[in-house]
Amino acid sequence: MSWDISNIGQWTWKEHPPGAVIKDPGNSRQFKTGGWRTLRPIRDEEICNQCLICYMFCPDSAIKAAGEKITTFDLDFCKGCGICAEECPQNAIEMVDESKAQEAVE
Amino acid sequence: MSTKLKDLVQKPELLSGGHRMCAGCGGPIAVRQVLMGAPEGKKLVIANPTGCLEVSTTIYPYTSWNTSFIHCGFENAAATLSGAEATYNSLKMQGKIEDDYNFVVFGGDGGTYDIGFQSLSGVLERGHRMVYVCYNNEAYMNTGIQRSSATTLGAWTTTSPHGKESSGKPQHRKDLTAIVAAHNIPYVAQASISHWRDLVRKAQKAFSVDGPAFINVMAPCHRGWRYPMEKTVELAKLAVQTCVWPLYEVENGQWNLTTKVRNKKPVEEYMKLQGRFGHLFRKDGDREVLDKIQEFVDHEWKKLLRMCGEEEE
Repeated sequence: MSWDISNIGQWTWKEHPPGAVIKDPGNSRQFKTGGWRTLRPIRDEEICNQCLICYMFCPDSAIKAAGEKITTFDLDFCKGCGICAEECPQNAIEMVDESKAQEAVE
Repeated sequence: MSTKLKDLVQKPELLSGGHRMCAGCGGPIAVRQVLMGAPEGKKLVIANPTGCLEVSTTIYPYTSWNTSFIHCGFENAAATLSGAEATYNSLKMQGKIEDDYNFVVFGGDGGTYDIGFQSLSGVLERGHRMVYVCYNNEAYMNTGIQRSSATTLGAWTTTSPHGKESSGKPQHRKDLTAIVAAHNIPYVAQASISHWRDLVRKAQKAFSVDGPAFINVMAPCHRGWRYPMEKTVELAKLAVQTCVWPLYEVENGQWNLTTKVRNKKPVEEYMKLQGRFGHLFRKDGDREVLDKIQEFVDHEWKKLLRMCGEEEE
């Protein structure tokens, strides 16, 4: 179900649902928290043995899996806490300075 | 039901990203692991009493929950959800609702041990079919780290400061898991986010019983405990290895130890990593408090081993 809140700043009380009901489950997907990050997790795909432990410990549901495999870290939501790197049994995840990581991409 | 990682990663994500919990918070880890244990094909109704989780996951007009969700006051999440459950049962009986639902409360220790305790006790006594999960970070973190009845002896909080006249919180924490078990409900468990397979399995059991179930989950808070944020899972693990937070379950009155601890570590190994106990480790620190904590942990651990019919070390 989509609920268009793009103009919510202009809404009067008549447009807000009674009881401030949020009509779109999980719509915090539209609110990106990646900007909080100062360290970015980089996963070395050659060292990673797909044990999936990091998936269980991500507080931000930012580690994405398809089928039985980790595919990517969703940088829109990753806040850079570093739990994944700390808990990785293979040490396949490195936390790198976010601004340097951005420079490297550009 | 499976607790294999390969199966768990394929389950739908019920807590979306984009919530405003701190980076490195233990709370959403607890939520995700518990929800991985929810039965498939059933819908969920979730309630939160006031706490970090509530105010950070449902900031209007956004919600992180891919389930039905009820926003409650501090004291009444269990009562509110018991009303929802009773209504559902009535509608189901009348044939007005087809889908199957499960009911879950996620409360912090403030909303569970203290302020929400009487409504929780009421729900347990009335026998509503719901799962109550306490994600326990041992203080009121949402309002800025005030002591609760889950806070450990000696811990610094803003309302149990340390100084000349005080070495942090003067009292031991209360044993809520045992208090809940004394309600003689079908399923009670103590779990930790570090032991994810154990927690997912306990969640699966909690969802499967016909009546109330309660899980008390250790979910460290780096803001309140004063440690680097990447150590959240590490500290949860140390809490188990030092027996500060033993993992067990009480199934229909039968106590079982679910994680055996060999070579119990001294509590200092867990405490010295946390700034909230930092004053105890200074030169002029109160060693007596450290000894008291170790004594308390040893005593409670022995008591638990007896309850579970395990041999004492």
